[in-house]
Formats: sequence, C-alpha cells, structure tokens
Amino acid sequence: MKSEFTQPIGKISNINGQCIPLIGNDIDTDRIIPARFLKCVNFDSLGESVFEDDRKTLKGKHPFDLEENKNASILIVNSNFGCGSSREHAPQALMRWGIKAIIGESFADIFYSNCIAIGIPCFTLPKKSIEEMQNYCDNQFLFLEIDLKKSLAKSKDLNLNLEIRESSRKMFLTGEWDATSTLLDNENLIENKFNQLPYIKFNSYYS
Amino acid sequence: MSQDTLFDKVWDLHKVSSLPGGSDQIFIGLHLIHEVTSPQAFGALKDKKLKVKFPDRTVATVDHIVPTDNQSRPFKDNLAEQMIETLEKNCLEHKIRFFNIGSGNQGIVHVVAPELGLTQPGMTIACGDSHTSTHGAFGSIAFGIGTSQVRDVLATQTLAMNKLKVRQIWCDNTLSKGVYAKDLVLHIINKLGVKAGVGFAYEFAGPAIHELSMEERMTICNMSIEGGARCGYINPDEKTFSYIKNKLYAPKNEHWDIALRWWESLKSDKNSIYDDVIKLDASKVEPTVTWGITPGQSISINQQIPLLDELSPNDKLVAEEAYEYMSFKPGQLIKDTPVDVCFIGSCTNGRISDLRVAAKVLKGKKVSKNVKAFAVPGSEKVATKAKQEGLDQIFKDSGFQWREPGCSMCLAMNSDKLVGNQVSASSSNRNFKGRQGSPSGRTLLMSPAMVAAAAINGKVSDVREFIN
Repeated sequence: MKSEFTQPIGKISNINGQCIPLIGNDIDTDRIIPARFLKCVNFDSLGESVFEDDRKTLKGKHPFDLEENKNASILIVNSNFGCGSSREHAPQALMRWGIKAIIGESFADIFYSNCIAIGIPCFTLPKKSIEEMQNYCDNQFLFLEIDLKKSLAKSKDLNLNLEIRESSRKMFLTGEWDATSTLLDNENLIENKFNQLPYIKFNSYYS
Repeated sequence: MSQDTLFDKVWDLHKVSSLPGGSDQIFIGLHLIHEVTSPQAFGALKDKKLKVKFPDRTVATVDHIVPTDNQSRPFKDNLAEQMIETLEKNCLEHKIRFFNIGSGNQGIVHVVAPELGLTQPGMTIACGDSHTSTHGAFGSIAFGIGTSQVRDVLATQTLAMNKLKVRQIWCDNTLSKGVYAKDLVLHIINKLGVKAGVGFAYEFAGPAIHELSMEERMTICNMSIEGGARCGYINPDEKTFSYIKNKLYAPKNEHWDIALRWWESLKSDKNSIYDDVIKLDASKVEPTVTWGITPGQSISINQQIPLLDELSPNDKLVAEEAYEYMSFKPGQLIKDTPVDVCFIGSCTNGRISDLRVAAKVLKGKKVSKNVKAFAVPGSEKVATKAKQEGLDQIFKDSGFQWREPGCSMCLAMNSDKLVGNQVSASSSNRNFKGRQGSPSGRTLLMSPAMVAAAAINGKVSDVREFIN
C-alpha cells in the first residue's frame, strides 16, 4: 500500500500529483465501495477495498491496481461520477487509497457534497478535455499542479482552466469545507429559526 | 431562477444564514438516522467534544443490516451486531428516540417516518441515505446526506447547502390498468436520463400524479435520486392530509387546524416560475423493466433491448458495459427472460399497498419451481397489517418466503444476497453492478406486481395477463 494516510485539515489551496484515469459514465458508489464494506463503525480500513469488485473482475488490470498508478492522487473521471447511494464511504475509500482531488465531466450531487465535506476538491472540465487527459495518461505520466486560487491546473504540456463551484472553492481556500464550526458560529440564528418554524409548535412530537 | 414554488417557500423559511462562501445554512426540521451512516458521525461529535443540539429533532431506527430470517439477538453476523449495538448506545447517550426491533415501529427509515406521521409538509428532512427523497411525497424538502453532514445536523441542526433549481415534471392523463407508480418513475428516468436531475429538485405534478395514492407518490419521489435529483416532491393535497391525520406524531386537536392552514399555503403558486418544465403522457406508460446496469436503462415489457445505434453517443458507453454484464444481446426481447430470484420489498415498494397488489396476482397461484421468492415488509407496522389482512398467508401459500422487516436484498447488507450471476426480478430501486450482493448478480427492476408475475412464470412476464 501507500504511504500513511493523513486526513486533510484547514485551508486547501494547492494539490500536486499524478493523475489516474478511470473511464466510464455513471460509475455509482456501490461500485466504488460495495455495500458489504459498509459494515464498519469507522472509515479506517476502506482504502484497500475501493473498487473491490471491479478490480477482481479485471484481475490486476484495473487502474487502481496498476503499478504505475500507485502514487497517483488526482482521479480523472467521466460523467455522473458517484451516482446512487449517499454513502460517504465512497469518497472516504478513495481518499484513503490516496485520492486528493477529482477532475471529471460531472458529479452526482450527494457524492459531490460528501467530497467537499471531507476535503476532496472536485473540478469539472468539458468531455473533450477529460478524454484528452485520459488518453494522455495512456502513454505517459501526467503530473498536475492544481492551484485553487486561480482554478488552474498545469503540467509540462497542459494548461487547464478548471471549473469549480465558487462556494466550494472559497470553502477550500478558507478551510470552511469542514463546516461544523462555521455552522455553529450562528448558534443564535439557529435558535431563532427553531423558535420561528411553525411546525415545531404543533408537532405532538414533543409531548 | 425558480420563484414561489413549494421548494422556494420551504427553502426560504428554513434559511438560517448566507455563509461566507456563498452557500446557504439551512435548518433541518427532521433528521432520521440508521445504523450504517451514523456511527462515524457520532464518533466525530465525540472527537470535537460536541453535543447533539436538538435531540428531539432526530429519530433513529435500524434497517440496513438487520437479518430478515432470524432477528434474535445477538445477530449471527458479529459486524451487524456491533452496528446495532453502536446505534443503541449512541441513541441512549444522546437521548435520541430509537425505534428498535420489536418496538412495533421499526422498519426501513423511509417507510417508518411517514407511517408514524413524523413526515409532514413544509419540513426539511435529511437522512444519511439517498432515498430520503421519498418524504417529498408529502410536500417536504427531503434529501440524502453523507456522514459528515449527519455530524453537522447532529451538532447544529443545520447544513451548508447550495439551493437547487426546480424542474416540474408534469404527468398528463392517468396510468392504465396494470401500470403502477414504479413503471411511471422508471419511464421518467429513462426519458430524462440518470443525470438530468443533477442540481435540481423535481416537482412531480399533473393529473396522473394527483391520482396516485400517498404510497404510490412515495414510490415516485423515492426514485428521484435515480434520475440524479437529490430531492423530489409533490404538492400536498387532501390525500396528503388524510394520510397524516391521526398518525402517532401528527398534529392533534387545535394544532391540526393550524397545521392544515399552513400546509395549504405551501403549495407551489399557480404562477410560480420553474427553471425547467417537462411534460409527459402517463397513459402511454406500459409495464417497465430495466435491462441494464443503471435505472435509466429500461424498456416496456414488449420492447426489445435497444440496439447501440438507437442510443445517444453519451449512452453508448454504459450500454456496451450493460450488454456484457447482463449477458443480453441488443435487440433481444426482455419478456420471457428467465429469473432465479424474486424480491418484493425495499423503501421503494415495501409498503402495504405494494404487498396487496402482489398478493392479488399471487392468490391461488404457485411460484415457479426454479425461483426463490421472498417478500420483506417495509416495517413492523406493514408486517402486522399484512398479517391482519391475510396477505402473509397468500404469499406463503404461493411459495414465497415471508420475512421480517428490513432493507434486505435491495442492497444485500444482510445475508439475503444473489449468488453468482443469478438474475433477480426486484421491486427495489437499483440495478447497479453487484448491488444485490453478488459481484456478478443481475437485477431487473420492476413493479411489485410484475415481480409477482415473474415469480409465477419463472420468467419476465406482462402482469396485465394476470389481472384481466
């Protein structure tokens, strides 16, 4: 396996690493981490099981098994990546395998929020650019330097204008992607909202 | 940008603040938790030395990992036992209401909350499960979240979110006989695609939706997520209100009248603005079956599996993967495909009306010798009701196994799994590769009535031939 896993903390502005291409549309979270691995009370050992069934089927030919990808950290995917189940175990497994950022044509909504919440920036690029990057990786290593301040990715041959939702970009730059404390800053507003909501009063819930 | 829709009204009402990054802080009115996606969230609270802010606004049950054959404790599966114990401990420690096995109220979280009257119009509802969209059937804004967001809801009762766009899906006319809500939602997902809903909430509307019962509406909203929409909803009406009335946690006495007036006011205005509107004719929908590895890859019972040339360039890649995985040939008929396993249950189709429809098809008939068939009620309440109506006996007499409530073979986290490359006719929601517990198992999604028909014939069949 890889060097020891450390969870991202605080501000995230630069990610440098080797790309790993994974071709396919609508790759769901059941494929990223099959349900049997969800029987756990922490995420610690998920890294080794990422894409378990796909990898077994491809008998060592899966990108996550190829020797040349073992130090890769930027995943290049196609459209609707991470669809299906809301299991955060999916991005947790990718992160624990070594993925630090994902660039794709598009992402499923819940998967995208989960990635933000655990500190994995997800960027989009048009289909053509993604395919070019994936093809490039077929023949040579692609190392990218991602600069979140400028939403740019650079390599020796490529200059890419990455797209990322502005609120997500700001959250990474300020460290607020780890949202709990930011949300708690508004404790008074939360209390006010609770007291204003019509249904809190008429719920027999509290009786 | 949408205006004056139910989604806009509920979102605005629950907005706590605009966060520095530009997203909204949204108050969550009802938080539902279960054993699979909550332990790490409680762990994180402990690490951060935080408490559950409003313990009364969170309700727990156990569904994903529970065995459906023998539910005596400790469970045979040590890991499953560890998960239920962790949930029990967390609920006790944080004073969270927990509907455990044997309470009479346990079951699949999206079956339990509506039947207890916890799910109500105008609420925001979140749960660490993508099928939380189910609750939108009541005119609530309900969506699935991940474990870090479960942590945030526990600690703050709020979430950082970006407001979704709203697409209205207007369904004209009514469904034909032998065609069910499941067929309609599979049809919608096929027409729009599995990623069309990304960034959207779906508002299901029109005469065909109005006509549906509350349980059928839940089936529709449940599968919004399979069309990419994290949230799907239906404007509340008389059916919604009478479903809720007198439920355990429904507003009572003078509160009922206040609630009713408020709920009425939440409906999307006549002149509300949508980001997009799609219209379709529900009378054209036929019994629908999936043939591939995404819920969008479906056809009517009498259609052929599409040829590659008939598909858009974007759909070709997944279609090729699907032909190979499913061992189907392009152009082949789906009808008469032999099935090995028949499963009736799940948060999509494990409610009493689903069991009634299936039992009607099964009554006086026998399950094919080659088929292993089992019915898993969605909750303890559903199971009790089914027994009172004698449905369990109809299932058993036909050769179905009658099980205890849980998620079961929808995602196969318990011992209910496909073996090898078995083909399953399933009333659940996902036909992803490996979804039903075998890495090479094959799932054909269909309505519970169609599953019953497939069980009798041992092959994919047109249920309309059984009900005339």
